[in-house]
Amino acid sequence: MLRRSVHWESISMSELIFEKSRGGRRAFAQAPGGDDDLGIPGQFLRDDRPGLPEVSELQVVRHYTRLSQKNFSIDTQFYPLGSCTMKYNPRACNSLALLPEFAGRHPLGPVRFGQGFMQCMHELQQMLKEVTGMVGVSLTPMAGAQGELAGVAMIKAYHDARGDTGRTEIIVPDAAHGTNPATANMCGCVVREIPTLSDGDVDMEALKRVLGPGTAGIMLTNPSTLGVFERHIKDIADMVHDAGGLLYYDGANLNAILGKVRPGDMDFDVIHMNLHKTFSTPHGGGGPGSGAVGVNKRLLPFIPVPVVKETEVDGEIVYDWAAEEDFPQTIGRLSGFMGNAGVLLRAYVYMRMVGRDGMERVAEYATLNANYLMAKLRDAGFELAFPNRRASHEFIITLRHEAKEFHLTAMDVAKALLDHNFHAPTTYFPLLVPECLLIEPTETESKETLDNFVAAMIDIAIRAREHGVEFKDAPFKMPVRRLDDVKAARELDLRYAPE
Amino acid sequence: MPFIPHTDKDTREMLDAIGAESIEDLFDEIPKELRIEHLYGVPEALSEMEIARLMRERAQMDGSPRCFVGAGAYEHHIPAAVWDIATRGEYYSAYTPYQAEASQGTLQTIYEYQTMITALTGLDVSNASLYDGASGLAEAALMAVRANRKVKTGLVLLAPGVNPVYEKVAQAITGGQGLTFEWLPRDTRTGNVAFEELPEGRNPVAVVMQQPSFPGTLEDVDRLTDWAHGEGAFAIGVANPTSLALMKPPGKWGEEGVDIACGEGQPLGIPLSSGGPYFGYMTCKQKHVRQMPGRIVGRTTDLDGNPGFALTLQAREQHIRRTKATSNICTNQGLMVTAATIYMSLLGVDGIAHVARRSHANTARLADGLCGIDGIERLYDGPFFHEVALGVDRPVAPVLDAVAGHNVIGGYDLTEYAGTDALLVCATETKTEADIDACIVAFSEAMDR
Repeated sequence: MLRRSVHWESISMSELIFEKSRGGRRAFAQAPGGDDDLGIPGQFLRDDRPGLPEVSELQVVRHYTRLSQKNFSIDTQFYPLGSCTMKYNPRACNSLALLPEFAGRHPLGPVRFGQGFMQCMHELQQMLKEVTGMVGVSLTPMAGAQGELAGVAMIKAYHDARGDTGRTEIIVPDAAHGTNPATANMCGCVVREIPTLSDGDVDMEALKRVLGPGTAGIMLTNPSTLGVFERHIKDIADMVHDAGGLLYYDGANLNAILGKVRPGDMDFDVIHMNLHKTFSTPHGGGGPGSGAVGVNKRLLPFIPVPVVKETEVDGEIVYDWAAEEDFPQTIGRLSGFMGNAGVLLRAYVYMRMVGRDGMERVAEYATLNANYLMAKLRDAGFELAFPNRRASHEFIITLRHEAKEFHLTAMDVAKALLDHNFHAPTTYFPLLVPECLLIEPTETESKETLDNFVAAMIDIAIRAREHGVEFKDAPFKMPVRRLDDVKAARELDLRYAPE
Repeated sequence: MPFIPHTDKDTREMLDAIGAESIEDLFDEIPKELRIEHLYGVPEALSEMEIARLMRERAQMDGSPRCFVGAGAYEHHIPAAVWDIATRGEYYSAYTPYQAEASQGTLQTIYEYQTMITALTGLDVSNASLYDGASGLAEAALMAVRANRKVKTGLVLLAPGVNPVYEKVAQAITGGQGLTFEWLPRDTRTGNVAFEELPEGRNPVAVVMQQPSFPGTLEDVDRLTDWAHGEGAFAIGVANPTSLALMKPPGKWGEEGVDIACGEGQPLGIPLSSGGPYFGYMTCKQKHVRQMPGRIVGRTTDLDGNPGFALTLQAREQHIRRTKATSNICTNQGLMVTAATIYMSLLGVDGIAHVARRSHANTARLADGLCGIDGIERLYDGPFFHEVALGVDRPVAPVLDAVAGHNVIGGYDLTEYAGTDALLVCATETKTEADIDACIVAFSEAMDR
């Protein structure tokens, strides 16, 4: 009986909202009544009825509440996903960004109805300049990848403005995020990839070889995606600048160095920040992000618009937009209005709550947690990818031996961890470390949680090493078992079609 | 320490396990000369109570004016359930659903979204969203260049009714790949494309049209779609999703329908919030699916043969394909899509149709009232939908400023777009007769000066 009810449960829970639909049912409280006359000629109107569900309000609430329960999330599970900085998203950031006046403010409303919002944005720009060591900040990019696009476009615009039009090459280390080469390509640049040394630092000889009159710039993440700080960053900056190129800082890992060292002081020319990582705005199941960019003096004229400026009118401070007139060389606009404003408000609230001293503590405890977890996993017999280095806020273990000897791959461990109620670390990235797990605990997790995670890892390893257990079929306790990705791609089923 | 759980004892034990004396030791690989002492430009921390008070004060500074601006973002009623559910931690604080078994909630929601948005637009395939409507057009143009392979010009022609900011954004995003955007001629009487003046033989890779147009007029999209196809171009349709409960969907424009549709998803349950976060939707014909940017969810089966959902066709994407990806997009607007899916489920097609009808009726009522004022009249002939352009006999900015004195945002200054003193107004279903009358009174007084 019990088995049968569990089976029934799993089937009913994958039922689509469309399958609950009954003709004529509606959530009547949610739309105006009446039948207002349109007076629009028939040629413009549709002659079919689009298949949206016809369901009651309770059905909708129950359906999506129950669907949400099939997700892992930071609010319900430890989520040590490397490179993603899955830290706690304080609830106050959400509720205050959704205050009715903020939520209801039209983006094209006059600035007299926006001084409160714009003051927050101006102060956010100032704080982000301070934490990055840059002289200008634009908040408009809507995600990290769009921040990257803005950065590379600015680098190109800078060279072009100097008549230096032959610089089309962007140098990218082989450990870089996929967005880096994809962005360079999107900006019409050629990607030159350089290798990483076995200690995790950039291969300086290889860098020297690719630098030249074609160099537009280099895109670096520091600490890198290998979870180590690039120790030769000053030399790299000098070499690239001497060759006439500029330096782009991928801010995905900014959490590791907040208040300790700033990209501007490392001589980077432009940086994007992932506010949804370092400044704790939600990941939302895949966005919205926010990819604010910071620039030094060289690139300030090219910054994407609009940005918020402080002006004085009759002795009073008034916030206003600075746009094309203020920045005639701007690379332009990247969004319909000013980017993900509501996300920016959340980041603002977070930064004010964490404050000056708290910024440094973010890096300190993120680093402490990563190094602790790394030490415990090493002691438990896991192989570190860079055993002689400090972890930054994240680190890599490689399961190449386990994969060979016990058929325990990184994917298997990732799936087995789900059954222990932990989200999987990042798997198979960076690409140059075989069978790797990239683990980032973040500063908001407690020692107990980290200890429990280590215990789960040991449990999985012991079962594989000593008892020959394989995890090819894991997970077992999730709403679904492992999914057939090949079928998903071959027999495309991308929308519900009633039979 | 805000949001950090460590006790002194924890910290000590953890440092011992690492074999470090202090936390400071953990930063010993960073060259000393690069280190900073303190972030003096960041203020001291505030408690939740203090920041809540500050934010309420700031919010009150912005006020709650009656708003009659649309111009790409629309104030609609948002059912309470939409954001109550979307901000549940399980949606709000989840990551991109790469681990499918632990993300079935988000994945199924996106699959349902894909079904709904393809139904509204009348096309076959949807992605899981782009950043917003404007950047969505940039991605659509790039997609047309990839899919319409025989055309090498990189020339994209825009109907005059396309949102002018979309053109700016598309230019900024695609400029590096050599795309150029040119406007088609405008019939100044109707505000729509001047068919008799259409250029021939330009060999455009795509033609973009918007319905309803930026100034609210109704374009002959059937004829324009056919013209685009006759020129060997892709037709890209931009449409307000609210309107699609009533209006002919882009997939049925002309003989064959558009190849790609895109637009701003904000009207589907997303707050105005100073311009974002919104989301861009994109749908296309089945045959172009492999050129589509962004994430796509597919339904498949698990090891037991039960249905489940997973990201699919990932070989298009940057984390797999790197330089050869269809776009650099990674994070999109997932939470907004969750909200929009709940909104569309709650409203249903009848509910959205009622919202569209009432918004149109309110705008018509507002336009009638405003046109009763000396010096204001309809700018364009012909039908409009849910937003309307008005010519004004004097500079618009001072008029809007005077209207704002009545706590009314009276419209969007259309002067630059129209090339003559003009105003664009919109009254959605959220406006009562009293609101509309207050707006008309504010204009009467402002125009009386």
